[in-house]
Amino acid sequence: MILVGAVSEIPVGESVRVQGQVAIAVFNVDGEFYAIDDTCTHQDASLSDGWLEGCAVECPLHAACFDLRTGRPSGPPARKPVRTHEVVLVDDQVYVHETIGTGVPAEVVGAGSGEIR
Amino acid sequence: MRAVTVVGASLAGLTAVRALRDQGFDGRITVVGEEPHAPYDRPPLSKEFLAGTVSEADLALETPEDTSLGADWRLGRTAASLDTAGRAVVLDDGERIVSDGVVLATGARARCLPGQALDGVHTLRTLDDAIALRKVLVPGSRLVVIGAGFIGSEIASTAAGMGLRADVVETEPVPLRKPLGLEMGRLCSRLHATKNVRLHTGAGLAGLVGTTRVTGVKLTDGRELPADVVVLGIGASPCVDWLIGSGVELVNGVRTDARGLTTVPGVVAVGDCANSDRAHASEPVRLEHWTNAVQQPIAAVAALLDREHNPPAHHALPYFWSDQYGHRIQFAGHRTEGSTVEVLEGDVDSFDFLALYRDRDGNPEAVLAVDRARSFGRWRRQLAGLLSPAH
Ligand SMILES: Cc1cc2nc3c(=O)[nH]c(=O)nc-3n(C[C@H](O)[C@H](O)[C@H](O)COP(=O)(O)OP(=O)(O)OC[C@H]3O[C@@H](n4cnc5c(N)ncnc54)[C@H](O)[C@@H]3O)c2cc1C
Ligand code: FES
Repeated sequence: MILVGAVSEIPVGESVRVQGQVAIAVFNVDGEFYAIDDTCTHQDASLSDGWLEGCAVECPLHAACFDLRTGRPSGPPARKPVRTHEVVLVDDQVYVHETIGTGVPAEVVGAGSGEIR
Repeated sequence: MRAVTVVGASLAGLTAVRALRDQGFDGRITVVGEEPHAPYDRPPLSKEFLAGTVSEADLALETPEDTSLGADWRLGRTAASLDTAGRAVVLDDGERIVSDGVVLATGARARCLPGQALDGVHTLRTLDDAIALRKVLVPGSRLVVIGAGFIGSEIASTAAGMGLRADVVETEPVPLRKPLGLEMGRLCSRLHATKNVRLHTGAGLAGLVGTTRVTGVKLTDGRELPADVVVLGIGASPCVDWLIGSGVELVNGVRTDARGLTTVPGVVAVGDCANSDRAHASEPVRLEHWTNAVQQPIAAVAALLDREHNPPAHHALPYFWSDQYGHRIQFAGHRTEGSTVEVLEGDVDSFDFLALYRDRDGNPEAVLAVDRARSFGRWRRQLAGLLSPAH
């Protein structure tokens, strides 16, 4: 598990980037925490720098939107989902349980669900 | 509306097809594209694709969902004329595609020099151009880029990263003076210097040297630069010659209103070929930016189908990015001559900052960031809120 920080250090509407095997973006959406791979699946941009809109983040480069719960993009230009990671709260500390492996099998693209947890 | 023809099978054309289906159009869609390739992304052509770190497959624009669009793609076919009275797009072999709506999305082509072409002289607009250029960019060879615009600057940056000796020639006193202004243009001069790319400003191209192969370039100040490869980054012209005489008004591209409607009913124009009225700009602007080519088709299709379209306020501001020498430049807004720049965050000297442009009257008009994507996203939206719709 990767320590992200104290709950109070990540205010509502904010995001932080932590380093696992790859960079991971952690978001606070109205008190709920979500973690996804930080690098956009489209080209080279950091999703923790993106714009939070409800439970989705808009990539800061070409505006693909990823659902933080499933990792699925809502449409172009992204073609693949990002991996999601489990967030665990222990004693007011936020931890990420990193999903191991490549995570997203090719079949989930365009299929019913990108849920990989 | 029962049938729509889209001319141009690239970013704006594909986006128009998606928008037609998203907005409920279930009639026939025909797409005519001059290039033999399925729609692909151009920005990587001067960046990762040229450097060899992404493949041709990575450039594909179509997503798995696009297989359900149900369009008839005529690739490798050129539209030769538009018969507005007969509502037909006429192809190079005389075939007539009749429809009640037409989307013009023919983009732009790289400007060349008049006269005989020498071997070793390149332009960069298409995938085929990029494949050809990639072959000759070998470490140790000497590259001269004419024009320090976005594409010229990015090619120099990529080539320097690949171990070439690169020179860049620019008539203006700094790179990117028009879009960014003198002060931030100076910053771009310094970016070239970080990787020892020699920038020659205030100098034009007097001529190419060589008989069959280029061996150098002559500058207007009398100097001569040796070259194995020359890339002309001297801008692009809209692909609209085929529309001459059609009745569609042409002024630096296809003239449209703010929604993309041309002077001919049922015909809209979008992307790099469209010279359009814009909110927040006093004159029509022909934008040559990726984001315009994915936003404008949605508005134009809504106008064509007579649907409502209410994009977020910040979509009314032009936005572009450019990657140079390991730094990401992002810009939103319309810069006007006489603007002033104020650095609001970070440090210009370390290429990590955000700056706000104000017009002559002191009103905010644009925002620029280098390696500050998060602040940039916030400022882009904030700036849109500051500008009144009538500005
Ligand atoms: C090397 C490069 C790097 C770039 N980098 C960036 C960047 O970093 N950031 C950014 O914001 N923008 C960038 N851009 C700009 C961006 O790619 C363009 O704005 C975008 O491609 C415009 O899309 P479009 O569909 O309007 O036109 P185009 O992509 O030019 O497509 C037009 C298509 O129409 C076809 N066509 C033309 N005439 C006809 C005809 N008569 N009949 C049939 N087909 C026809 C053409 O062959 C072409 O395939 C870059 C462009 C290039 C070339
Ligand atoms: S890099 Fe994220 S949408 Fe392009």
